[in-house]
Amino acid sequence: MQNFLEFEKSIAELEGKMEELRHLSDIGDIKIADEVSRLQTRIDRSLNQIYSKLSPWQKVQVARHPDRPHCNDYIAALIDDFTPLAGDRGFAEDAAVMGGLGRFRGRSCVVVGQEKGNDTESRVAHNFGMARPEGYRKAQRLMRLAERFQLPVVTFVDTAGAYPGIGAEERGQAEAIARAMQVCLDIRVPVISVIIGEGGSGGAIAIAAANTVLMMEHAVYSVISPEGCASILWRSGDHAEEAAEALKLTAQDLLKLGVVDGVIDEPLGAAHRDPLMAMKAAGDAVEKALEALDGLDPDTVRARRRERFLNIGNDKLS
Amino acid sequence: MSWLTNYVRPKIRALVQREDVPDNLWQQCPACEQMIFHRELEAALNVCTHCGHHMRLPALKRLEVLFDDGAYDRVELPRVMADPLRFRDRKRYGDRLKESRAATGNDDALIVAFGKMGGRGTVVAAFDFRFMGGSMGMAVGRGLIAAARHAVLKNAPLIAIPASGGARMQEGILSLMQMPRTVLAVDEVREAGLPFIVVLTDPTTGGVTASFAMLGDIALAEPGAVIGFAGARVIQETIREKLPQGFQRAEYLRDHGMVDRVVHRHQIRDELIRLNDLLMNPRAGQKIVPLGEPGKRRKAGKPAVADGDEQDRNEERPAAE
Repeated sequence: MQNFLEFEKSIAELEGKMEELRHLSDIGDIKIADEVSRLQTRIDRSLNQIYSKLSPWQKVQVARHPDRPHCNDYIAALIDDFTPLAGDRGFAEDAAVMGGLGRFRGRSCVVVGQEKGNDTESRVAHNFGMARPEGYRKAQRLMRLAERFQLPVVTFVDTAGAYPGIGAEERGQAEAIARAMQVCLDIRVPVISVIIGEGGSGGAIAIAAANTVLMMEHAVYSVISPEGCASILWRSGDHAEEAAEALKLTAQDLLKLGVVDGVIDEPLGAAHRDPLMAMKAAGDAVEKALEALDGLDPDTVRARRRERFLNIGNDKLS
Repeated sequence: MSWLTNYVRPKIRALVQREDVPDNLWQQCPACEQMIFHRELEAALNVCTHCGHHMRLPALKRLEVLFDDGAYDRVELPRVMADPLRFRDRKRYGDRLKESRAATGNDDALIVAFGKMGGRGTVVAAFDFRFMGGSMGMAVGRGLIAAARHAVLKNAPLIAIPASGGARMQEGILSLMQMPRTVLAVDEVREAGLPFIVVLTDPTTGGVTASFAMLGDIALAEPGAVIGFAGARVIQETIREKLPQGFQRAEYLRDHGMVDRVVHRHQIRDELIRLNDLLMNPRAGQKIVPLGEPGKRRKAGKPAVADGDEQDRNEERPAAE
């Protein structure tokens, strides 16, 4: 059974009808097949209509959709010989951050990303994609490993944010994030980041200070969650919809602001309706981004990344 | 280098924007609840004269007491576009900015100054919490980059003194982008081989903590300062547990290995002078006769290396004026 979002009610109804018809078609009535295809056209049209003008708040719902492909799905679809590597060598392994070696379309690379999990058990195991300091320290370690062997780094960003907990604070959540960003900006190999779902604040930028930052069409990326923003600035979480609007957190807005370099088209009705197609599109975009950096010497790769971030907002001079 | 011009004499500045006479001549310490006469509190740099509780201190006051004889030059900061997102919550961000500017006399939450500390040219970047909670947006990010570059130009250590709730939400993703940008600022100072010292004051939280503030070569903190990543309320709501005693306070962070030293406000200047001297003047006890640059001779009678003189090599150049 598919999970429908609130604004997809019309789709849910049509899909329901279609399901009924499909049972009828078992009898072998030819007219029913026609009816099914007519319905499918209606569904597609309506999906197109809804998804071409999602509000920022609706995008937030889509970005958090439980059926949306997550980091592990991207790894399974795009990375051959993936070999997960664990631990920060200081305290623990943090399964909220996936990382390891693998081969992306022929190239060895280091992959890092946040994994939210797909069911209760895996969500708990991955701490809902909310990393602790160890996760960010593991990311640092793996990025240094990539540099040592001159391998590109690909990161898949999908997190509500870094985990807010007592232990996380005690073990230096802020320092771990700051240092991860520093390593990300420092390494002399290409770094490509894809915001695949939710880019939640410091927990996201920690592994997204990349040469090329790409964003899925319906992903969001923000300094604070709309709920958090609403509860602070509007003094009530009920204003999350307005906050989402004000924060300019959609891929389309961020492209205009020069914060992301490219937006990756998702299939009709978003990535969760055709994960394989979405992930292939992401793979194509990552490949193109890597090719654009091919042949550059390590120092230039690093210098370009630093310039990229130093230039953000420079055209916003008054 | 127009933005490097730095004239405004703090004394004049202080005259122009002298704060109003406080309505209440007596202030109550939030910690021990004793009353303190406002002049006494000011003389003690907002440290309670009864219990030693550190209250917040405006950035200009801080600069005044850090530099030798209270003399420093303001480093003019590059202007940025105000309100890039045309953000509006219950109030317009543009209006909030105007109010904060009127209330503090500053353009934004960061003030960068250059002057001598113990005779050594030093750049200080201090946050003003009264300006929208010291939040970091484009102006602050650019200001920190300017501070770092000024430090490199002057071959001077950089001291950052955050007092900030974190990123400025009203600038959305552009405020988040200041995190990597300030990390790069720190790296420019590091790569020039200069010290970057952070003095964490109350409060230092969120995106400010999770970027430049945690990357100091040395991290000092004022007693009792709240320092952390996530807000205490958020943590409590997430884990539904009581937070431990002293959680996210300076002493707690020191005990957990996250800051080097907790230093009383009255001792910070001396501490910084000593640390910078130890880091930048490693052979102070020895007589070293420098070879001297060709075509340039030292003035007669001037010792080869006077205490705390080494770093002044660049002072020969006229200050950017």
